[in-house]
Amino acid sequence: MSLLEIDNLSVGYGGQTAVDGVSFAIGAGESVGLVGESGSGKSQTALAVLGLLPATAEVRGSVRFAGEEILGATESALDALRATRIAMVFQDPMQALNPYRSIGSQLGRILAHHGLAAGSAARERVIAMLERVGLPDAQRQYRAYPHELSGGMRQRVMIASALLCEPELLIADEPTTALDVTVQAQILDLLEVLRQDTALLLITHDLGVIAGRCERMVVLDKGRVVEQGATRDVFEAPAHEHTRALLEAARGDRDISLEPPAPETCLDVSGARVEYTVAGRQRLSAVRGVDMDVRAGENVAIVGESGSGKSSFARGLLGLVPLREGRVRFRGAELPRDLDDRPRGQRAALQLVFQDAAASLNPQMRVADLVAEPLGIHRKNLDGDARRARVAAMLEKVGLGIEHLDRYPHELSGGQAQRVAIARALMLEPDVLVCDEAVAALDGTVRERILELLRRQQREGGFTIIFITHDLTVAREISHRVIVMYLGETVEQAATDDLFASPAHPYTKALLRAAPAPDPANPGGKTSVSGETPSPLQPPSGCAFHPRCPHARERCRDEAPQLREVGRSLVRCHFAEEL
Amino acid sequence: MLLYALKRLLGAIPTLLLVITLAFLMVHAAPGGPFDDERVLPPETRAALEAAYNLDQPLHRQFLNYLAGVVTGDLGPSYHYRDYSVAELIGNAFPVSLQLGSMAILLAVLAGVAAGTYAALHRNTLLDRIVMGLALTGISIPVFVIAPVLVLLFAVKLQWLPAGWSGNDGAGRLILPVVSLALPQIAYIARLTRASMIDVLSSDFIRTARAQGLGTRAVIRYHALQPAMLPVLSYMGPAIAAILTGSVVVEEIFGIPGLGRFFVNGALNRDYTLVLGIVIFYAALVVLLNLLVDLLYGVIDPRIRRR
Repeated sequence: MSLLEIDNLSVGYGGQTAVDGVSFAIGAGESVGLVGESGSGKSQTALAVLGLLPATAEVRGSVRFAGEEILGATESALDALRATRIAMVFQDPMQALNPYRSIGSQLGRILAHHGLAAGSAARERVIAMLERVGLPDAQRQYRAYPHELSGGMRQRVMIASALLCEPELLIADEPTTALDVTVQAQILDLLEVLRQDTALLLITHDLGVIAGRCERMVVLDKGRVVEQGATRDVFEAPAHEHTRALLEAARGDRDISLEPPAPETCLDVSGARVEYTVAGRQRLSAVRGVDMDVRAGENVAIVGESGSGKSSFARGLLGLVPLREGRVRFRGAELPRDLDDRPRGQRAALQLVFQDAAASLNPQMRVADLVAEPLGIHRKNLDGDARRARVAAMLEKVGLGIEHLDRYPHELSGGQAQRVAIARALMLEPDVLVCDEAVAALDGTVRERILELLRRQQREGGFTIIFITHDLTVAREISHRVIVMYLGETVEQAATDDLFASPAHPYTKALLRAAPAPDPANPGGKTSVSGETPSPLQPPSGCAFHPRCPHARERCRDEAPQLREVGRSLVRCHFAEEL
Repeated sequence: MLLYALKRLLGAIPTLLLVITLAFLMVHAAPGGPFDDERVLPPETRAALEAAYNLDQPLHRQFLNYLAGVVTGDLGPSYHYRDYSVAELIGNAFPVSLQLGSMAILLAVLAGVAAGTYAALHRNTLLDRIVMGLALTGISIPVFVIAPVLVLLFAVKLQWLPAGWSGNDGAGRLILPVVSLALPQIAYIARLTRASMIDVLSSDFIRTARAQGLGTRAVIRYHALQPAMLPVLSYMGPAIAAILTGSVVVEEIFGIPGLGRFFVNGALNRDYTLVLGIVIFYAALVVLLNLLVDLLYGVIDPRIRRR
């Protein structure tokens, strides 16, 4: 008998099917990955196992844990099972922990409620658990509130709360999706080490995460299991078409063709500095002197984790946040720092695509009006017919049809909304298209199609793309050149192929090692650096990366390295040649 | 925290100054004077009286004198109750109003939060609709209607409770005034609590708590109640102000010798110093209680807690 047996589980809401006849089993101590894109029913399946589906859900089939039926069990029977025998780790640790209670209190409450420990015994057990998940200074952090911890630390606390009662099954629903890639590796390692005999159901959209961690995997698509088996077998010989599509998307398109850029400089940013005032008076330097020189038709990817300043840099060059220092030249002419001071023609020349397409589109406008809006501002001489013709032509270019013209943003899928945002940006035939995490919120297969769309449009329109991303796989697929940022500075700048073949900066190396790869033989996702990006309010002395760098020496602490040529790259490291 | 409280107290001074000035000017702009009576006074007597109360001086002098008095806690003599100062009158009447008001607030919060939580847990059921329907009724009916209806029902018809204040000792005489004052607030707080509780119950951390097997009772008490209270706490400022104004009506109806009653009588008797004194006292009270509410905010929500 398996520990968990899911048999023909179906979940529906008012006739809409979310989970459609799912069956799989997990043995004691086994680790199983549940993979699928958004809407595949993976989270609904997990919630069904814990009996946490909302009352409106219509549930059929059977979920047995240790032989006992979960579906239809009483709340008190389920409560006795939850945390003590089946525990769960949720995606976003900021939302999933109670912001009004200290973490020690929240964890202690679980023990007290299940009658496992109380008073000082509970306190000791909680502190011991917090120490096991690697919370520094657990004695003191016991009294800390969730908002006082970093994202990675919060997820450690979440894991501590799940493993506190030594459950037999741990369900982790996208446990690292909200985290930076270097932190993701730490958290996945931690799960691996701590779970010991606890069976693991790891839910993720990221095949790379499964590759290194799970013995077996189950692939979901539109509520159905399309394939399941040993992870290695599925990766080597995917039987189902959808699995193959997922794998292809995860591996990324390596055979991309980008036109070589023109020799002349299109955009030239030097000494860019972006500062914000926080809490009334503290000055936060998000970007601390970044240079960038882009040729016409050249794609530059700016890669960094949260707090790197990559988005602030993009906003600064677009004039959305005026630069505190430095200047932006476009085709030889210096652009005013503030967008409001820039002439109309210059504004049209630089366009932006945001991460959350649905939120960046006015919910009260139809697609046709959204796409036509830039023309109304910048091309006033066009009459209605010419405008409509251009809108129709542009929609066709981005892969949308006439049937989408009358839709509102909420009636579009994530991919379609991003296509509309791209159409809007391209309507004015810009010279530079800035994409700020433009594919980060999309499923893998959709992401590949959007990147392909951008490349195709670029071949036809000949514009330049500045692509801001946290994802090295994406950078590889879209850029000629990569700039890696850390704490507001460029740490490495190199041709894309060079960067992936021979990264020179320890941080770049760490990013590459930490990125999970969809390959069971070589899964990546390795913990390569400790800790998390420090607060830009108090950047470390010397080299900003030295507190986390495995190669840091005394000089790194005292002396800030300059960006200098190492081989064909620019690197900000004292010891780049030796490493 | 202490520094913040001090800053806020200092920040309240201009507000109070504005209230004092406006109230002072309005009282003096009102037609008639404190010594206008059915019996017309001889001019000499009137002049002597006005000189005794410094009313013969120019307005700005009177104002400055009054302000100087307020700073030292002297709100002047009462024109009507000749043997008492305004401060003494307030000192005698306020404890009665305080007892009434604080009991009404306590009742409003306890009953309102309980009803709102109950409705949130049974949202969109018949019970929820009944509770919310009653709440809407409670908000819609003014105090001066509720109080007589309650008296009619419980004092006159059923004779369970006394109708008035004087001649009745014990807690019984408090019940009807307190309930009349609290009812609209119970209704409003119930609606607030229901909305914020529904909001909180849909948060991710509540799902986490349920996944930890805490059960509905512990989830509500330990996880949901505290954040759901924040909107109720913000409403405490307006609620206190509403209960203060409500008490003016309720004290009059039940014949309670509280501050509200003195306020009404003061206005009727042209006892301007008394009216002015009570206005200033109320204003200071509202400012102080609002500060208290803001400080409590930090106690409930650790994210805005000040050092």
